[in-house]
Amino acid sequence: MAAPQPITVEDLNIYYGDFLAVEGVDVQIRPRSVTALIGPSGCGKSTFLRTLNRMHEVIPGAYAKGKVEINGEDIYDSRVDPVNVRRRVGMVFQKANPFPTMSIRDNVLAGVKLNNRRISKTDADELVERALKGANLWNEVKDRLDKPGMGLSGGQQQRLCIARTIAVKPEVVLMDEPCSALDPISTLAIEDLIHELKEEYTIVIVTHNMQQASRVSDRTGFFNIAGTGKPGHLIEIDDTDTIFTNPSNKQTEDYISGRFG
Amino acid sequence: MSTTAPAPSRPTSSSAPRRLAEERRLPWYHLVFTGLAGLLVAVAALAIFDALSVTSAILLGFVLHLLFGWGYSLLREGPRWATDRLMTLLVIGAFAISMFPLVSLLWSVIARGLTRVLAAKPNILSFWTTDMSGIIGGADAGGVTHAIIGTLLITLWASLISIPVGLFTAIFLVEYADQGWKRTLGKGVTFLVDVMTGIPSIVAGLFGLALFISFMPDQSVRMGIMGAVALSLLMIPTVVRNSEEMLRLVPMDLREASYALGVPKWLTIVKVVLRTAIAGLTTGITLAIARVIGETAPLLLTVGMVTSLNWNMFDGRMATLPTFINQQYRNGNANCMADSVTNPINHEVYACSITTNIDRAWAAAFTLIVIVMVLNLIARLISHYFSPKLSR
Repeated sequence: MAAPQPITVEDLNIYYGDFLAVEGVDVQIRPRSVTALIGPSGCGKSTFLRTLNRMHEVIPGAYAKGKVEINGEDIYDSRVDPVNVRRRVGMVFQKANPFPTMSIRDNVLAGVKLNNRRISKTDADELVERALKGANLWNEVKDRLDKPGMGLSGGQQQRLCIARTIAVKPEVVLMDEPCSALDPISTLAIEDLIHELKEEYTIVIVTHNMQQASRVSDRTGFFNIAGTGKPGHLIEIDDTDTIFTNPSNKQTEDYISGRFG
Repeated sequence: MSTTAPAPSRPTSSSAPRRLAEERRLPWYHLVFTGLAGLLVAVAALAIFDALSVTSAILLGFVLHLLFGWGYSLLREGPRWATDRLMTLLVIGAFAISMFPLVSLLWSVIARGLTRVLAAKPNILSFWTTDMSGIIGGADAGGVTHAIIGTLLITLWASLISIPVGLFTAIFLVEYADQGWKRTLGKGVTFLVDVMTGIPSIVAGLFGLALFISFMPDQSVRMGIMGAVALSLLMIPTVVRNSEEMLRLVPMDLREASYALGVPKWLTIVKVVLRTAIAGLTTGITLAIARVIGETAPLLLTVGMVTSLNWNMFDGRMATLPTFINQQYRNGNANCMADSVTNPINHEVYACSITTNIDRAWAAAFTLIVIVMVLNLIARLISHYFSPKLSR
C-alpha cells in the first residue's frame, strides 16, 4: 500500500437547504492516527464528520461546498460517485444498527453481500474471523455466528458494527459518538479497539465526552457555534495534549474547563 | 427518612390521618350477582309487558346490570371504584357487541355451508370438484370448481397487476419523493391514491368494461382479464397505502448503515428496506387481496357467469365465487315437479331438493371464507419466517 496521505479539507461550507450549518472548515487530518472532534451540541461536528464520506447528502436538501481530498482525490468532484467514497470511508453510528434480518456472520459480510459480490465460503469465513477479531468480538460470538445480530448486548452490537465497517477494508473509519449509548465497560472495550485500529486506519471520532477525547485521540479539534441559527466553526485543532493543557483559543479553554456558556 | 415514620398522609381537616386500608374492594363475583339481578329484573319486566325474548332480555339485562353494578359499587366501594366498574362493564359490553356479528356470521356460514359441502354426493369433496354444467332445476348436485378456479385466476391476475404497480409507487413515495419536483409529484400521487381508495367497486367494474369495449371489436366482450383489471383498480390504492406505511417503519439507521458500507441506493432498497419490511408488506398485500377476492359488482359487469370451467383469462366469461353466490341466491327455491332431475349432458339422475340453490350459495360462501383464511395463513407463515429475528 502506498504511504497514506492526509485528508485535506479546504474551505468547506455545509448546508441544510438554505441553512448554512458549518462554515469555512480548513483542516488536515493525519493518516493512521485518531482525530477527535469535540464541541457543544448543535455545533456541526457530526455534520462535518458526515461530509467526510458524503453521508451528509443522504438527508433531503443537504449539500456541501468546498474541497475534501482523500488520497489526493477531491471526493466532491462532480465525477465522483458517493458510493465509491463510502466504500473507502467507513462509518460507525451513535446508535448500534446491525441489520435485524441478518445473523452475526451475515452482518459482518453485509458490505460484500449487499453489494451482490460473490465470495467463496472459505474467503467469507476468513473475512468474518478477521473482522470480528479486529473488533475484539470474535471470542464472544464465535460459537453463535448464525444467531441474529440483534441478540447481542448494546456494546457487542456496536463492536459488530465496527467489524462490519472494517470488513470492507476502508482507509478511513468515521465514528459518530460510538460510545454514547454504552456502559463504561463496553466503552473501555471500544476505546481499546480504537487504539488498535489506528495502526491500520485513519480514525475520526466525534465525542461529547472530553475524557474520552483525551484518552483515545492524538489530535483534537474543537467546534463551536456563536449562537442558535448561526453556522458552526472549527475553532482550533491541535495535538490532544496541547488542546487540553494549553489551548491557544479562549473559547477552547472555556469549553474544556467547563466555564462554557 | 427514619424507618419508624408513618406513611405520609394527605393533610385533611379531620385529626385522624386517612388509612390506606380504608378503601374496600368487593371480590369480582359481585359482578355476577348484579348481572343475575339485572337479568332477573329484565325478564320480569319484559314478561309483564309481554315482550320477552332472548335478545331483548340480554340487552335490557345488560343495561340494568350497568345500573345495578354501578349503584351497588357506589354504595359499597365509593365513587371512584363505581366509575371503574361502570367503565369496565361498558368496555366489555362494546367488545361483546363487536364480536357478535363476527361469531354469528361465522356460525351461520359454517352451519349452513359446511353441511352442504359435506353432504355432497358422490363423495365429500364433490362440491369442490364438480361444476354446474347440466345442473338444472332442483337437482341436488353441482359444485363450484369453475367458480374457485375463476376466483383464484382473476385474483391472481389482479395481484400480478397491482402488487408491482402498488409496491413501486410506495417505494417512489417513501424513498425518492423527498425533495424538489419529486416531492410535489409524490404529494399528487398520494392525493390520487386517496381518491382511488374511495372509488365504489361498481365504478371500477364500469371502468374495466369501458376500457376493453373501447378497443375490442365485439361490444359484448367478457373476459377474465377485464375483471382482473377492474379489481386491480380497487387493489392498487390498498397496496400503495399499506406498503407505504410499512416502508416508512424501516428505521433510517438501517438505510444509513447500508449506505455507509458503500451499497448503492437501489440495492439498499431491495436488500435492506424491502427485506426488513417484508413481514408487514406480506400482511398488507394479503389484506388487499382479501379486500378484492369477495368483490361481486365489478365481476358481474366484466366477467359475467358461466356454468362450466374456463381456464382462459383472455377468452369468454368465467365463473367466480361471489357472483356464483349472488346467482344461486337470486335463483331462490327450486320447483320440484318430480322426485328426480336428469342431467341433459351426461344423463345422470339426481334427487330434487327445493332449497338446493340456497344451499349451494351458503356452501360457496363457506368456500370463499376458507380460501381467504388459507391466504391469511400463508401470509402469516411468510411473515413468521421472514420477520426480523430478535431472539438470542
